[in-house]
Formats: sequence, structure tokens, C-alpha cells
Amino acid sequence: MTTTPASDRDEEPARHQIGSRLASARRDERAVAWADKLWNSVRAADEHSALDVVGNARAAGLAAETVLLEVIGAVQHRVGVEWAANRMSVVEEHAATAINDRVIAALSADRPATFLGRVTVACVDKEWHALPARLLAETLRLRGWQVGYLGAQVPTAHLVSHVHRTGADTVCLSAALSTRLPMAHAAITAVQAVGTPVMVGGLAFGADGRWARRLGADAWAPEARAAADRLAAGPLPRPRAPHQAVDDLPHLSDQEFTLVTRTSRTLVRETLQGLEQRFPAMSGYDDDQRERTAEDLAHIVEFLAAALYVDDEDLFTHFLTWTGEILTARSVPARSLLPALDLLAEQLRDFPRARGIIAAARGTLA
Amino acid sequence: MPDDNLSPCEVEGPSAGPPFMTSLDGSRPGATSVVTAATAPYPVVVVDPAGRVVELNDAALALLPDARTEQPLPSPGWLAAVQRAPDAVTATGTVGSRSFSAHPSLLPGGGTAWWLVEETAYRSATEELKAERERARFLTEASTALLASLNLDRCMEITARLAAEHLADAALVISPTRAGKLPAVICDHEGRVTRTTIPAQAEAVPGLAEALRGFPPVPSRWIDPASASDWLIPEGFGEVGSLVVTPLPGHGVAAGALVLLRRERQRRFSESEEAFAGLFAARAGAAMSAAWLYAEQNTITDILMRDLLPPSLRQVEGVEFAGGYRASVDTDRIGGDFYDVHPPSEDCPETLAVLGDVAGKGLEAAVITGKIRNTVQALLPMADDHARLLRLLNNALLGSGSIRFATLVLASTHRQGRDVVLRVTAAGHPPPLIVRRDGTVEEADTAGTLIGALPAIDSRSAEVRLAPGETCLLYTDGVTEAKGGPLGDAMFGERRLKRALAECAGMPAEAVVERIQMLADAWIGDGRHDDIAVLAITAPGGAQLSAVDGTTPGRRTA
Repeated sequence: MTTTPASDRDEEPARHQIGSRLASARRDERAVAWADKLWNSVRAADEHSALDVVGNARAAGLAAETVLLEVIGAVQHRVGVEWAANRMSVVEEHAATAINDRVIAALSADRPATFLGRVTVACVDKEWHALPARLLAETLRLRGWQVGYLGAQVPTAHLVSHVHRTGADTVCLSAALSTRLPMAHAAITAVQAVGTPVMVGGLAFGADGRWARRLGADAWAPEARAAADRLAAGPLPRPRAPHQAVDDLPHLSDQEFTLVTRTSRTLVRETLQGLEQRFPAMSGYDDDQRERTAEDLAHIVEFLAAALYVDDEDLFTHFLTWTGEILTARSVPARSLLPALDLLAEQLRDFPRARGIIAAARGTLA
Repeated sequence: MPDDNLSPCEVEGPSAGPPFMTSLDGSRPGATSVVTAATAPYPVVVVDPAGRVVELNDAALALLPDARTEQPLPSPGWLAAVQRAPDAVTATGTVGSRSFSAHPSLLPGGGTAWWLVEETAYRSATEELKAERERARFLTEASTALLASLNLDRCMEITARLAAEHLADAALVISPTRAGKLPAVICDHEGRVTRTTIPAQAEAVPGLAEALRGFPPVPSRWIDPASASDWLIPEGFGEVGSLVVTPLPGHGVAAGALVLLRRERQRRFSESEEAFAGLFAARAGAAMSAAWLYAEQNTITDILMRDLLPPSLRQVEGVEFAGGYRASVDTDRIGGDFYDVHPPSEDCPETLAVLGDVAGKGLEAAVITGKIRNTVQALLPMADDHARLLRLLNNALLGSGSIRFATLVLASTHRQGRDVVLRVTAAGHPPPLIVRRDGTVEEADTAGTLIGALPAIDSRSAEVRLAPGETCLLYTDGVTEAKGGPLGDAMFGERRLKRALAECAGMPAEAVVERIQMLADAWIGDGRHDDIAVLAITAPGGAQLSAVDGTTPGRRTA
């Protein structure tokens, strides 16, 4: 027999818990040394020694959740840092993730017999970074929740169908890239329309979860432990009545997001041609280099569209600042992004919000 | 009543009662009219400043038979109270079953004339309208909440919660099952929703067995609340005052029963309340029935689709296998591409991996993949001779009358020391790619006729040896023919696939698959695409990843 909570007529003040960072100070200092050991195994792509490290850490008395979040999670975090600093390739990142994934599978043997309720954990459509969601799913399992883990890039229709089938009490959605925010919003709205509250997490929603709030999520958590603590603290408030995306984001009716998204490939092509005219050196690029540049421009346009979607120039500025750091780590001056921004702004002269966003980012880079 | 007391009482205009009464005080110019209480068409009670009745007209006397002159008004209490109050203000209340508003007119002598205007009809009309509006609002709210979910448990919870909030003190929703205990949801008097099961002997409660079979409801007044079984009453609820049992009508079958409970001190269910509960039950029943049908359909689909879904792969006999699948329709889980890995058995000493592509897309193509996969499984004992297996498969497909043809790759694998040895055969399919430790990418030297189109086929197998960390990739043309890219008009092509694979030297099989899938996915963007399947076969272990630098020149962002 399970108990779902009383109707939450008077829980309105609790509604905006998004953004209130839940303390996650419970750190086990012993975990650091184990994380270093696991890092070495993962770096050497040595699955067996990675499994040994985790087994030994458990045998040494580390809690399963600590191993999950402070050993494996720490290693995964380091993978991202090392990649950004150009000390690790994208491919090595995949390999490291694959090994961490196997290690998690080996760890998930012990589960408590309690039943706290049903939770569905999924990545937003098009989102490939599944490990943060996996860590959350395993953490929740360890704490006694029945978890439906759907993995990476879950089409919203699948997600909603899963919620109907299982009658999950809560859906946890993860996204790493802010360009997934429009997709995330569609998923949040669709799940809420079923009457199920949604908690979101991941870097896509901003370090302080500000875009989670803007997209109308029922809760936000900065990391897996905070998310599990939030669920342990009691059920999320019942979501609002079914509504349309534009009700949350009235600025969308100016069509800037729609038009930029729909013409993104033209924008990329014209910007590329403009760059080639301005910089004769680019005519010496081979097809691959040209394609790389076009991919980079496509990224810039995607982030611009996401910034238009949530109507926040910070999203675009953050992305470009971060890109600038990546470039600097690869010995390319961040200022090399400026001509592309100028060309984009020129093409978007009838889009006041887009121009404002580009101008703000330009100011930060210059 | 003494006649000399029947003096005309003058009433003041602006604060006076009924608007048609024009009256006068001396200060106002214009026509003067005098109305006596005796002739007024309303009950009028005149009281002196001390609140004693001075005068009553016939209408007032008929309405208030207890009233006596020289005495304060004994009843109704609300009127007596305002008459005693220092400031005379309009008041409303009931006299018997009728509603009145009392309007005061101050008299020059210090007394007050109270005009009683009957509002019974108006009041009951407003109350009915208000109730009707509340019901309409509740039914809309209920429909919205019930329509949202296609989960039976959720629908039962919503039904119980709404019923307990709006119709009764507590509510119980019971779902009929074919056998055993009946699943039920209780929402108690404090709004707590609990799932439980109840004994199948529903006869214990009058009307419940009938409701569960879809018979019309038994009127509440016929049900003795004392006969309610213990399991019907929420903990701490106390004595049941009255009880309604309503069927939840489904689509053609009874979706269950709704039991409404009121505590002893509450009023009993009226007939109109029972009828309204029926309206709500009709909506709840339809929603529960739809949810039940949805679950039923899903179960059927799941059972039928179980064998068509791509299998989850793992390490077999010291060889890593990993597969990735994306159907052409993003919301589908199956399509015309397929893969399988058959572990070794008594009749077949090697592991056989199969990856293929049936002409066409969607469910129909998926059904053909099911046939091919079953046939290959039956032919496993012939797997030592790929040409023979393909010939038999070709005959089976031609004989089945299916007009669809297929291309496929077979890969028989076994470990030799730390190496993995493969025998691969491509039948009308792109040859597998092999990525070596140093990042060179080779095509397996194999070719053959596609399956299911021609009466005679031939094929040439290739032997491939993988050192630890080397991978053989089987893929369908959904990868290479994916259209998109940053400019939207280019094919992904073999060159890009090979270049991507070159970076995958030394990687575990899952990572290779994920990398290729992710690149194809990014390439396609929001565009249309064919089914995509990739299968990586990797000789495990030993690679030094740090020796491989996968950063690509010119790459500026993630």
C-alpha cells in the first residue's frame, strides 16, 4: 500500500523552490583519493582496474552513493574539465564515459527493499550526455525509489507515453547543452499536461537554474544529491493546468526565435561566405576546414536561437565566453569570433532582440 | 389593536425601502403622498425607539403571528436584533421557509417602520445559479484533470480526490478485475489518497455488486449506512451518516464503482446530489475506461514488438559487442534495419553477429526483419558456411512470397589468444570497416548479392583479425546517406565515416557506437533520415588512449 500526499492546496509558497540550492555539504574526504585512482584507470581505458577501484572503495567502507557521486561523478566532472583544457579529445571523452557507465552497472547491485514511489529519469530529446541522468537514476534507486531510466535523447512522445504507462509520481529531466532548452520546454510542458510534476537539472538550465524557472519547471536541482534530497523532502507541487509554450514565454510571439531557427542554415551559409570575402586566407581552407568553420557557425546560431527562446542575453554571452576559453586553450584568439558576430548582426538587422543579444556578447569578447 | 394608533406614518424617501414608495418629509418640495402601513402591500412592522412593536399591518400579522404590540418582537431573531440595534440598517433573513429583506424607515417620532420584502424566489434562483455554476466549474475541472492522464491508477486517484473534495467527506473508487481482490483508491476526510485492495465479495455493501456490473445505481435512501463494511470506511472517519454507490460507466463495460461517504453529522445526500454524482461518475468512468484501453493496447503492442526490438548487447566469449539503432521515424522504436548477436551453441561454435537492412521503412519493414532474424536463428547450425546460410535464407525469403529484399552482413567471431578472428560476408551490403590500433581504417574485402530478389546468389567472405583495441564496424547506409551537415545539403558519406572511425582506435565498443551515432545525429539535425543501425565488434583491452590524439584541426567549438 502506498500513500500519495494530501492535495496541496496551500503549498503555493513552496512552488518556487527552483533556484534555492539545497545544501550538499555531506562530502566524504576519503573519496578524493579513490577518485584519483579511478581517474588513472579511466584515463588508461582499463575497465578491469576501474572495476577494482570501485570494488575496493566499497570494501574500504565508502557508501554506494558516495562512490557514485564523489568518485565516479568526480571523474566524469574531471573529464569535462580536461577536455575544455584541450588535454583530452572528444573521442577519449566517449571512451571514459563508456567505462564509467560499465562501472556504474557493476555498482548497482545493492538496492534497498523500500518503496518510496515511482520516478522517471530521462535526457531531453537530442541530448546525448546521459551520465548525469544515469548518476541521478542510480542515486534514487539506492535511496529506495523505483526508477524508470530512459537514457539519452528521449523523444518527448516516448517520455509522455512512459509516464502514462507507469504513472510516475515525478519526472526528472536532464540536459547539458543550453541549445536543448526549447526541446526541454516542450518536454516539461507535455509532462505537466499529464498532471505529473517535473524536476530539471543539468548545465543547460544555468548554474543557478534560472532557465528552469523560466521554462516553468516545478523544481530544479544543481546535482544528483540535491535532487534526491528534494524528492526525499516531500512530493513536488502538482503542476499548473495544461498550457502552451508561449504562455510561459510571451516574447516568442515576436517570431525572432522561429525565424532564426528556420533560416539557420541560410544564416550559416551567408556568414561563411561573408567571412571568406573578408579574410582572403580562408580561400585556402580545404573542405574539411571549411566544414569545421561552418559547424562552429552553426553552433553560434543555435545558441543565439536558444538565447532568443529564453530571452536572456546571458545565455549567449556565457556560451561565447566559454568558447573563447576553449579557443584560447587551443591557441586561437577569442577575438576571432567577432567578425562572425558582426556578419550575423548584419543579416539580422530586422531582429531587435537578436541584435541586442549579439551586441551584449560582442561587448564581452572585445 | 386600538384604532387611534393607526396614525399615518410618514416615511423618509432616500433611505426608504421599496423604490416605488414615494414619500415625503416636509423639507422637500413637490407632490405629497401619504401611505399608511395598513394599506401597504408589504408586511410592515412599526417599532418605537425602545424596540417595542407599535403597529403591524395585516400582512405582517399573518407573517409574524407571535408579534404583540407593546412587546418586543419575539421572532425571527435576526429581525428582533436589528430592531434593537441603535442604527437601523437593512437586514435579510428567513421567516419559516421564506426569505425576506427588512428595510427601515425612520419616523419623525423616533420610531422605525420596517418594510419586509419577500425574496424567496429571487434567493432560491440565485442560489441555484451559484450551485449550477459551481457544478459546471467542477465538471470542467474534473474533465481537465481526468483527460490529462492515460494511466488507470492516476485516473482512479484523481477521481477519488475530486469526489472527496467536492461531493462527499470521503470517496472510494473500485476497479473491477477478473479475479481475486479488487484494486481500490480511497481519499479520506483529510484528503489523503491511499491505494489498497478490497475483498472480492462486493455483495457485502448494498448496491456495490450491481454498480460494478454496470446496473443503475441503488438510491442512497435504500442503503443503510450501518451495513457498510469496515474496509469501506477510512481510518478515523467515524460513523458513516450516509452513503452513495454509483457505477462508473466505461466504454461498453463497467469501469468500476464510486462510493461516496458522508459523516454522521453531515446532511444526507439529496436526490439532486446523487444525480450530480452520476454526471461526475460518467466522466470519471470514461477516463478510466480510456486509460484501461490504452494500457491494454500498449501491452499488446509490447508483446508483438518484443521480438522486433534491437537486442541489448554485451560482451560474449571475450569479444565486445555494442549496437545502436535509430528508426527513421523518431517516435518509432523499430524499422527496417536490424542486428543480432547469437552466442555460440552446441551446433555453432562461433558467435554470429548479423546486421541488415530491409527495403522500406516503418512497421511493415520491421515485420520482414522479424522473419529474417528468425530464419537466421534457425539456420545457425550452418553458420560455419556463410555462402550456404545466405543461399538458404535467400530461398526462404523468395518462398515466403514477400516482395521485399534485404541486404545484410554476417560476422562469425571467436577469440584466438588476445586477438579476435572474424569471418565476415556482406550480401549486397556496404562492407564492414576495420579500425586498427594506429588509426588506419580498412574495408573488409567482401562482397555478395543481396537477398530475396534473385533465384541464385553468390558471395565472397573475408577473414579479419583484430588485435586488442581494434574494432570492426558493421553499419547500414542510413549512416553514410544521412543528409545534412552545417550547410544542410551534404551527405555524411563514407569519407566522413572513415575519418570519424579513425579517431576511435582503442576505444571500447559502446564508445565507438556512441561516437558514430552522435556524429550522424548532429549531421542530420532536424532533417529527415533513413533507419540507422551500427554494430561494433571490438577486441577488448590494452589500448593506451592517451596515445591517441583525436583533436581535429580547425575545430573551434564543442
